[in-house]
Amino acid sequence: MSDLMKVSSNPHVRSRVTTSNIMLAVVIALLPAAGFGIYNFGLDALILILITVASCVLTELIYEKAMKKKVTIGDFSAVVTGLLLALNLPSTAPWWIGVIGGVFAILVVKMLFGGLGQNFMNPALGARCFLLISYTSIMCNFECDAYTGATPLASLKAGESVNLLDMVIGRTGGTIGETSMIAIVLGACLLILLGIIDLRIPGSYIVTFVLFLILFGGHGFDPAFITAHLAGGGLMLGAFFMATDYVTRPVTKRGQYLYGVVLGLLTGIFRIFGPSAEGVSYAIILGNLLVPLIEKITMPKAFGKGGERA
Amino acid sequence: MKQNSISERLINGLVKENPTFVLMLGMCPTLAVTTSAVNGLGMGLTTMVVLALSNMFISLLRKVIPDKVRIPAFIVVIASFVTVVELLLKAFIPFLYAALGLYIPLIVVNCIILGRAEAYASKNDVVSSLFDGIGMGLGFTCALTIIGAVRELLGAGQVFGVNVMPASYVPCSIFVLAPGAFFVLAVLTAIQNKVKLEGEKKGKDMSKIQSGCNSDCMNCKESGCSRRMIDASETKDDLEVIEITEENDLPDVNTDKEEKNDD
Repeated sequence: MSDLMKVSSNPHVRSRVTTSNIMLAVVIALLPAAGFGIYNFGLDALILILITVASCVLTELIYEKAMKKKVTIGDFSAVVTGLLLALNLPSTAPWWIGVIGGVFAILVVKMLFGGLGQNFMNPALGARCFLLISYTSIMCNFECDAYTGATPLASLKAGESVNLLDMVIGRTGGTIGETSMIAIVLGACLLILLGIIDLRIPGSYIVTFVLFLILFGGHGFDPAFITAHLAGGGLMLGAFFMATDYVTRPVTKRGQYLYGVVLGLLTGIFRIFGPSAEGVSYAIILGNLLVPLIEKITMPKAFGKGGERA
Repeated sequence: MKQNSISERLINGLVKENPTFVLMLGMCPTLAVTTSAVNGLGMGLTTMVVLALSNMFISLLRKVIPDKVRIPAFIVVIASFVTVVELLLKAFIPFLYAALGLYIPLIVVNCIILGRAEAYASKNDVVSSLFDGIGMGLGFTCALTIIGAVRELLGAGQVFGVNVMPASYVPCSIFVLAPGAFFVLAVLTAIQNKVKLEGEKKGKDMSKIQSGCNSDCMNCKESGCSRRMIDASETKDDLEVIEITEENDLPDVNTDKEEKNDD
C-alpha cells in the first residue's frame, strides 16, 4: 500500500526529507572545502579528518550502547560534527587532538544534553573552543610544509599586505577547511539550492560584519580590506555551515535576522578590537547562548492576540 | 551513633552532609581557588579554622544575641576571625596568601559558615558546635583538595607540584581555568550520586551518603540546598501546609479555567 493511502491521525508528514537526508547533504556540501584542504595541506589533513569523524561516530555509538539508548549514528549528524570540527583544526595538529575534540563535542556538548536537537551549542564549535583554550599553541600552529608564517588574517591585523587572489582561492595557511572561500561558497550554494539553508542568517551575518568593518575597521570603504576579511579566517565556513545549524539557531524568521546581526557585530568586535585575529567561533558560541532570548523577543503573536487592546 | 556526638558530627560534615558535594554550598571558592591541590588544601584549612572558631563563639553567644539582629551579629563574629586568619596567613604563609588573594576576605560571606551558624551553632551546645565546624571544615577541605588535585593533574600534569604524568603528556590547560572547575565538580558529584544509586539498587543502607541532587528541582524533597537550613520540625510543618493548600487550590484553579473556556 502506498504511503498516500495510509490512514492515520494528523499531522500527516508527506515529505521525504529526513534528518539523515539533510545531514548527508551537508556532508556532501562540505566535501569541496574538505577536498581543497586535503589538496592544500596534504595527507596529514586527510588522516586528521578521518580520525576526527571516526571518534565522533564511535563516541556516539559507545555512549548510546552504554546508556542503553537507541543508536542514532545512522542520521549522520555525528559525521557532520566530526567533519566540521576537523575542518576547524590546523593540519599540523597531532591525532589525539582530533580524538579529544570528537569525544568532547559528542559526549559533553551533545549527548549529555540529550542528543541531537537538545544541544544548546554547536558541538563542533564547542569542541573547537575547548581545544583552543586547552591547547592554544597546537591549535594556533599553522606552520606546515606548504606554508610558513602567519595566517593572512594575522598579517592583516599586523598591518601587512596580503595576496587577495590566494586568499579567495585558498592557497594560504589556516585550518584545514577555512582557507578556500570558493570551495565553501560552492558547497553553500548546493545547500541553498536544495533548500536546506537559506540566506537569512549568513546574509545578515555577512552584511552586518561588512558594515561594522566600514564603520570601525579603520580603513573606511576599502574593498580590498573588506574582501580580505571576508575570505580570511573561518567567517565563510562559520556563516554558512555553523551559524545555520538547525539545532542552535533561532526558529523564528525575525529571530534569524537578529541572530545574524548579533553574530556580525560580535565577530567584528572580536576581530577589530580583540587581541586575536580571529573571532568567528567565539561569536557563534555566544550567539548560540543568546538564542533562547532572541526567540523569546521575536516570537510571532497568534492571529487575534496582541495589539494595543490585548 | 548518638546524635550530636563528636564522631557523629565529624562524619556528618565529611560524608553525609559534605558541604561541597551534598549541600552544594560555598561554590565560589570551590570553583575559583582550586587551580591546584595546594591551593585547595590551603583554602579548605583556612575556612575550617574560621568555621570551627566562629561556630564555637556563636554557640557561646547564642543566648545573648537577640533573634532580630542575629545575622549582623554572626557576620561580626565571622569577620573578626577572618581578619585574624588573614593577618596570620600574610605573616607566616605568604605564598598561600598570594595565591588565594581576594578569596580570603571573601570567607566572611562564605555561605557554609553563615549556614552552619544559622542552622546549627545558634541552636546547639558549644562542644558539638565546635566539632560540627571541624567536621564541615574537613569535608570542605577534602572536597577542595580532591577537586584541586584532579584539576592540577589534568591541567598541569602535576599533583601537589610533583610531576606524575609521563613527559609526553600535553597539559590540557582548560582544567586550570574556570570552565575546568565546573567540569571536575560536576563529574565528581555525578560519581558520588552513581555510587549512592547503585548501593540503593543493591538494597544497602545508603542513608549515610546523601546526594546533592538525585531528582529534578521541581520534586526536590531531599533538598541539600535551601530547605535543610530549616529545622526538621519546621520542615514537616511546611510540607503539611503545602499539601493542604495544594489540595484546596488545585480544584479551584481547574474550575476557573473551565469557566473561562465556557465564556
